[in-house]
Amino acid sequence: MSVQSPISSVNDFVVRFANVNGSGSASANELFARSILRHGVPVSPRNIFPSNIQGLPTWYEVRVTEAGHLGARGGVDLMVAMNPQTWDKDVASIEPGGYLFYDSTKPMPTSKFRSDITVIGVPLTAITNSTYTDPRQRQLFKNIIYLGALCALLDLDPKLVEQLIGEQYKGKEKLLSSNVHALHLGRDWALQNLKCPIGLQVKKSDKVGERIFIEGNSAAALGAVYGGATVCAWYPITPSSSVAEAFTSHCKKLRHDPATGKAKYAIVQGEDELASIGIVIGASWNGARAFTATSGPGISLMTEFIGLSYFAEIPAVIMNIQRAGPSTGMPTRTQQCDIIACAYASHGDTKHVLLFPEDPAEAFEFAAQSFDLAERLQTMIFLMLDLDIGMNHRLCRPLKWDDARQYDRGKVMTAEMLDEPGRDFGRYLDVDGDGIPYRTYPGTHPTKGSFFTRGTSRDRYARYSEEGAIYADNMQRLVRKFETAQDMVPRPLQANAAKPTKYGVIYFGSTSPAMDEAIGLLESRGHQLDRMRIRAFPFHSSVASFIADHDFVYVVEQNRDGQLRQLIVNENDIDPVRLVPILHYDGTPITARFIANAIGDHQDHLKVTPLRKAVS
Amino acid sequence: MTYIAKPKFQHPGLPKNDLGYTHRDYEGKVSTLCAGCGHDSITASIIEACYELSIEPHRVAKISGIGCSSKTPDYFLGNSHGFNSVHGRMPSVLTGANLANRDLIYLGVSGDGDSASIGFGQFAHSIRRAVNMTYIVENNGVYGLTKGQFSATADRGSKSKKGVMNTDNAIDLVAIALQLGASFVARSFSGDKSQLVPLIAAAIRHRGAAFIDVISPCIAFNNHAGSTKSFDYVREHNDAVNRLDVLTGRDPITVEYAPGTVQVVEQHDGTRLALRKIDADYDANDRLAAMTFLQKHAAKGQVVTGLLYVDPDAEDLHAHLDTVETPLNTLEAKDLCPGSAALEKINASLR
Ligand SMILES: Cc1ncc(C[n+]2csc(CCOP(=O)(O)OP(=O)(O)O)c2C)c(N)n1
Ligand code: SF4
Repeated sequence: MSVQSPISSVNDFVVRFANVNGSGSASANELFARSILRHGVPVSPRNIFPSNIQGLPTWYEVRVTEAGHLGARGGVDLMVAMNPQTWDKDVASIEPGGYLFYDSTKPMPTSKFRSDITVIGVPLTAITNSTYTDPRQRQLFKNIIYLGALCALLDLDPKLVEQLIGEQYKGKEKLLSSNVHALHLGRDWALQNLKCPIGLQVKKSDKVGERIFIEGNSAAALGAVYGGATVCAWYPITPSSSVAEAFTSHCKKLRHDPATGKAKYAIVQGEDELASIGIVIGASWNGARAFTATSGPGISLMTEFIGLSYFAEIPAVIMNIQRAGPSTGMPTRTQQCDIIACAYASHGDTKHVLLFPEDPAEAFEFAAQSFDLAERLQTMIFLMLDLDIGMNHRLCRPLKWDDARQYDRGKVMTAEMLDEPGRDFGRYLDVDGDGIPYRTYPGTHPTKGSFFTRGTSRDRYARYSEEGAIYADNMQRLVRKFETAQDMVPRPLQANAAKPTKYGVIYFGSTSPAMDEAIGLLESRGHQLDRMRIRAFPFHSSVASFIADHDFVYVVEQNRDGQLRQLIVNENDIDPVRLVPILHYDGTPITARFIANAIGDHQDHLKVTPLRKAVS
Repeated sequence: MTYIAKPKFQHPGLPKNDLGYTHRDYEGKVSTLCAGCGHDSITASIIEACYELSIEPHRVAKISGIGCSSKTPDYFLGNSHGFNSVHGRMPSVLTGANLANRDLIYLGVSGDGDSASIGFGQFAHSIRRAVNMTYIVENNGVYGLTKGQFSATADRGSKSKKGVMNTDNAIDLVAIALQLGASFVARSFSGDKSQLVPLIAAAIRHRGAAFIDVISPCIAFNNHAGSTKSFDYVREHNDAVNRLDVLTGRDPITVEYAPGTVQVVEQHDGTRLALRKIDADYDANDRLAAMTFLQKHAAKGQVVTGLLYVDPDAEDLHAHLDTVETPLNTLEAKDLCPGSAALEKINASLR
């Protein structure tokens, strides 16, 4: 028997569902997460799924967190083990004192269980088979039945769950009532046969507030709608496809001309990424706001065009939802591994603007802003999400829009401007000294302002020229433009530790919630760290000062080679020794535990080892 | 300097078209191609067609890939915007440009290396998407700019300048365009201006994907005995299916009456295509027949030129996407942004 006492916790635990891909469990599992939200208790769910359509294991994890920690925690308190294939691994992942929920229709040998956990058997197949005859119904309702049983075990209010089911099946009365019926089948069985509730419990709270629950990809797509994107060209690739799919559905609702019913947007599924980015570049050249969404392999294909966008100075937006590379890598696992590939994409001397949103709310804001930046700077903007933000629902502040906001269309000369006396139009003239030239849209003026766009070197009047001095002049102006960008992109956010400290930490993007939590864990171990969240490349000058102000700075990222660290070192001429890499790259989202352990161990180590000379 | 501008002087007595433009208004920079290159003759035909149609030069967007052929947009319509994109990817850039502003005229210029090799996919997909454009391939069977390698349109058995025999089968872009649903398909010869000019004019008037394959000998690398894209070879093997004049809704621009029946094809913009048939039963509205006709003559080693197929009821990509009539690039925040009230509703649905 167990010597370990069962875990007892209210509103702070992790439930993981182990299912088989294609079993229809996703909506039941999501319903579970949403139900807890309706109790006013924050949740942080994560999909862990294979790059396969049917038959392979899939997990859905719900972190119930009254404290509002939105990063992954690591470990499982309650495992809902519905997949025999992964049984051993699933059972092994339960925290000591945790719970195992399984389908007890067929008896299992005791060797299949652990002695330090509580085992909860519900004869799901038996209950389902005695109620339904249709195989598909049996499959789908089994998921709702286990949801019902969990309601009883965790003490969820069935009314709130029913309300959600009601919203989901609004207008489809038959489906609604059959789902509610299945929910009660599971709940009643558990109440009659098991000791409910278990040590893990959900109690109503008020910690969710105004926050919304949305996937990063959907939020970014909505940002594109609000930001005025009218052309979207894309090619399917996980985890980015849902950006284009969401853009399509948002546009269908929000972007039809009420008088004619016609579309104020054009969406093309390209034949590949080469075509997608080509369409984006063609549309942007012609004055529309255009974007594509892709992931690593797509970026690889697009690089020739990305170079053209940089050199010919054509605005464009790429939303890169990063996944684990290189090559096909782990297509359904998360990483932040395209930093270098995007920052310097294409041949020759190129540099691109990258934006790193931390959550869906920022994905929305940055997506909208990326079109202003692209047009203002006449260059490619990369919105760098990753699977962890892109394909998971996250709680975040409500999306906001200022109705007074106008789009920044950048330096575009109109026919009237071209006609101004004394006005000289040269496509690549640096009139304002900020490196950004003026452009004209095709068709603007019968005799003035037309120019030839090309990837080949040209002079300030866009006339083909391969003279060295002219080429160098142009390349220098592009550097100036990139410097201008530094003050236009979102600035890094800084927060100081409670007590003065010599150490800092830099992080970015989806690492944010885990970092917020890790800071607390580190403080409890006595480690104080100032922190800086980088939100864009080119780096603002405060990045270099932050590093200069500390003995050394940890750089936390989700890739093997410390790509952001490399970029900081490279761009700011910083001694690499001053930046300590903290790297997590197994494809799972980084956790607070991981960060706190990695930094904590390093800090502890410092106390016994004298600082190296170089670290000064 | 690495460009040559044309002198600005214009003779006051130059003839003018309906809009008051002279030929010079349709010209561009001085060509830097080899003297005698077929591509320059195509440039001249484009200039002529645009002049005759009285197009406002600045309402044309001319887009190309990379290659000698793709350089040519710099040599015509100097007052319109040009875009020399990347090798083989003109079609996607043109598609995007067209989506952004449906009101301009889109002229895509490409080479056989550009379109039949690296850009074969983009060529095919822009055609099947029915992008409203005139897509001209200046087809010389070689890579001119990279100095004489065989392209994918080089006929099997033809010889390179160095005497190497091409053992690969050729891609016939016209056959492919027909198969992919292009609604205007023609082939011509750079040396046959009287055929090419009205073909280009008709293609510009056509709403939908118009494709013209123009055999354009490369005098530097593919104009020798053994080439099937040389001037002499094409002259000897050319079989024209029809002669074509474009009649606008108003005055006909040129009408040459030649022997044989005349078939008038009405287009949706009111333009009528007058097909002067050489082959009495050639029906340019029958896609299937066109495909068969092409293959039959190809088997005999004949290059069929003329308008092979036209669909008078063609639709374009904008019709398929059901986009608003207003060019997308002119829509502003007030047209595009759903505003904070809509966002509040969205927020509420996400709780
Ligand atoms: C990605 C890429 N690969 C190769 C080249 C080199 N290149 C330039 S033009 C050209 C072929 C041009 O041939 P074609 O399109 O037939 O035009 P032509 O010069 O014969 O008119 C090639 C291979 C390039 N510019 N880009
Ligand atoms: S190399 Fe051939 S294709 Fe190129 S300009 Fe000379 S003749 Fe024309």
